[in-house]
Amino acid sequence: MTEPILRITGLCKNFGGIIATDNVNLEVQPDIIHAIIGPNGAGKTTLIAQLSGQLRPSAGRIEFNGEDITHHSTASRAHSGLARSFQITSVVLPMTLLENVMLAVQGTSGHSYRFWRPVSRDQEMRNQAMEHLTRVGLGDRVHRLAAEVSHGEQRQLEVAMALAMKPRMLLLDEPMAGMGTEESARMVEILSGLRGDKTILLIEHDMDAVFTLADILSVLVNGHIIATDTVENIRGNLEVQKAYLGEEHA
Amino acid sequence: MSWLPTSVSGRIYTALLLLLAAAPWIILWADQPFLLDLLSRGLILAIATISLNLILGYGGMVSLGHAAFIGIGAYCVGIPAYYDIYNGWIHLLLTIVVSAAFALVTGTICLRTKGVYFIMITLAFSQMVYFTFVSLEEYGGDDGLVIYLRSDFPAFMTMDGPVALYYWIFGVLLLALLLVHRLVHARFGRVIVGSKFNDERMQSLGFNTYRYRLACYVISGVICGIAGMLLGNFTSFISPEMMSWIRSGELIFMVVMGGTGSLFGPLMGTGAFVFLEQYLPEFMKLLRESWLEYWHLPFGLLLVALVLFGKGGIHGMLTRLDARRGRTESD
Amino acid sequence: MDWNLLLTQFMNGLQLGLLLFLLASGLTLIFGIMDFINLSHGSFYMLGAYFCGSVVARGGSFLTGILVALVGAFIIGAIVEWVIARRLYREDHLDHVLVTFGLILIFDTLVHIIWGPAGMAIPLPDFLNGQITLGTLVLPIYRLVIILGGLLVAGILSIMVTRSRLGMLIRAGASNRTMVEALGVNIHRLFLVVFAIGAAMSAFAGMLIAPITEASIGMGNEIIIIAFVVVIVGGIGSIKGAFYAAIIIGLMDTLGRSYLDDLLKVFMSVHHAETAAPALSSMLVYILMAVVLAFRPQGLFPPAGAR
Repeated sequence: MTEPILRITGLCKNFGGIIATDNVNLEVQPDIIHAIIGPNGAGKTTLIAQLSGQLRPSAGRIEFNGEDITHHSTASRAHSGLARSFQITSVVLPMTLLENVMLAVQGTSGHSYRFWRPVSRDQEMRNQAMEHLTRVGLGDRVHRLAAEVSHGEQRQLEVAMALAMKPRMLLLDEPMAGMGTEESARMVEILSGLRGDKTILLIEHDMDAVFTLADILSVLVNGHIIATDTVENIRGNLEVQKAYLGEEHA
Repeated sequence: MSWLPTSVSGRIYTALLLLLAAAPWIILWADQPFLLDLLSRGLILAIATISLNLILGYGGMVSLGHAAFIGIGAYCVGIPAYYDIYNGWIHLLLTIVVSAAFALVTGTICLRTKGVYFIMITLAFSQMVYFTFVSLEEYGGDDGLVIYLRSDFPAFMTMDGPVALYYWIFGVLLLALLLVHRLVHARFGRVIVGSKFNDERMQSLGFNTYRYRLACYVISGVICGIAGMLLGNFTSFISPEMMSWIRSGELIFMVVMGGTGSLFGPLMGTGAFVFLEQYLPEFMKLLRESWLEYWHLPFGLLLVALVLFGKGGIHGMLTRLDARRGRTESD
Repeated sequence: MDWNLLLTQFMNGLQLGLLLFLLASGLTLIFGIMDFINLSHGSFYMLGAYFCGSVVARGGSFLTGILVALVGAFIIGAIVEWVIARRLYREDHLDHVLVTFGLILIFDTLVHIIWGPAGMAIPLPDFLNGQITLGTLVLPIYRLVIILGGLLVAGILSIMVTRSRLGMLIRAGASNRTMVEALGVNIHRLFLVVFAIGAAMSAFAGMLIAPITEASIGMGNEIIIIAFVVVIVGGIGSIKGAFYAAIIIGLMDTLGRSYLDDLLKVFMSVHHAETAAPALSSMLVYILMAVVLAFRPQGLFPPAGAR
């Protein structure tokens, strides 16, 4: 087995008396799609917040690319190559799609203490942004305002922004949240296209999408990872069925 | 004539700048020297509001203490002048260094807070500066300080005489407009604007937004400090009253009246404010002699109406005009 | 050390603190529940003084004056909420600052038009005008009345907030607005009542101080800023926080003004101490706020359950 790109050891987070993350150990191999599933309240959001740096863990260690990033800020994690998308769409609404993605390109390409030259004349940055927008299927509407496009398109924009950060790894927090069947299918297609190119840690509720996309599945229950295995093996895992699938399919 | 700005607002702003450039000649010709004073004062305040708009309009940092920088700039002229140091370069350098240092120190603390806490902590710092100058009895304390001579610059850029000072002010105004225009469209400004709307997202994109906002705050403070330096030269009398929180409130008023987050909005808003302040009392007096003192009443009503009905300020109205015209043309 | 002076200054500080509390308690509720910044809260302070003064000037009793001040401010507060503030709760804080700045100008000018530019002295009735001698200490009765009045209102308010249904809604609203709305409470009426009660308490404070300072235009504009400091230091939306912060700031400001120069003389020359002390004592409250904001931005006593 190759060296994992992300290694989480003994990660714990409690809020007062409530334990949200309970000794999570997880390794993510490079260039695969690794999904984390779990019932509501299992602690998925808390986990991703700690991975991206919004929350400080109470204990444990997060290594990315062999580097301990447990205490790095959100911004510096982004520079190390860890990009995230948000469960609730988080883009700069009064800017166009192109401007949004250009910001994402700008975020990880050198500093921004440049006070004089207009961004719009930066052809290199513009081309990169266009490329990512095209990749997620938004190439024909780059000058629309983010506030004006549909929810599904905003979700696609999220992915384009994450890609524009030239990440080694994408943290996607429920990219299909609130989408219709058709929109979900398009997103699955977009994400499939990234397989083998980017490591993706996917947190998702949509089981069909997860089973289609994921190479490896981890099951999070009550803040603890109870199983990590291939899709087929997870489907056959009795403990998982009891704790998770059983609950929903009963 | 394709080189002309196409929008109504663009044409109005271009015409305005040309008019301002020619103003001293028109005023001298019309023999209304008082108007030049009014215009000079208005443009100085406009420089201050342009700087406030940079943090408030573009960056979403509502400072209720920006007048402190005006005071700092003014005292950077007044205190050296008190010791008979009139060298303009020293005044300018002192203004820049002190404003930047003050902005850096207070900004480091203020920018840890958001929203209403930011409003209150900027207020707190400006009150501290206010009371500091009140207590400096050596420099007049409450009563202020008289500046007998203007900052001394080489002959080609002297401030002596009302017209020379006017062009100094106008020049700084143009520089401030140009700087803000370039800033907000450059990489730096995109970070500032982005962080106004979605700071969390900007951080996750890899921007240490705190530092960019701090840098923006310092730039704004320095520009406002220079406005204060000009005001000190213009009024030749300075006092702590220049930096009371009421003055900071007025600066916010001017920015909002003109339209936040637009390049020319602050200029328009300041113009409207100075005009009203000057002519509303006279208008009230026309209605009835004793009403002269009551001009704050229509002024306050106007402010309330502006917030309730005048979204986007003067610039907002002009761009709505543009939008309507655009629609009829394409129909 | 002159113990009588210290005690007198202590009472003065307590008096200022209680006045600040009367202002700040309304302000902090309006802030905490409606998320509305009301700079014109100080205008009710001024109006209270002028209402009471007018009644007394027309031969009415001081107590009638109090009643008129309270009712008058309550009604005007309700009107301001109903006509203006209500439309702006969901808008930007910037809009709040501007609109209430405009209201200050309007109220100040209206007072100017009605009562003229000069201040208005309010004579005290005889039974409040005497002095009490405690050993060597001489205290004006009226100062004690202010302190007792302030404590009385604080007591009533705390009972109301902890015991009554309105109080329960207010507490819930201060820590979690959405929840109160979800409970199906008539939120508009709650807001109206809170705003108007706040205005009445502000008027009560202004009316209490006016016999000492006299009523004057803009008298609320300086103290309202200090009241905001109280709100921030105490924790937005917290009555308890407003009370403690008001007392702390009242004492700090008053004692600072009397004793800071003595304290500074320990560190510096007499001349420097005497020039630095007044400024530093004016600054003390702002320094306190800046320190609180930098290290404990939620305030010293944030309402339970607030983020």
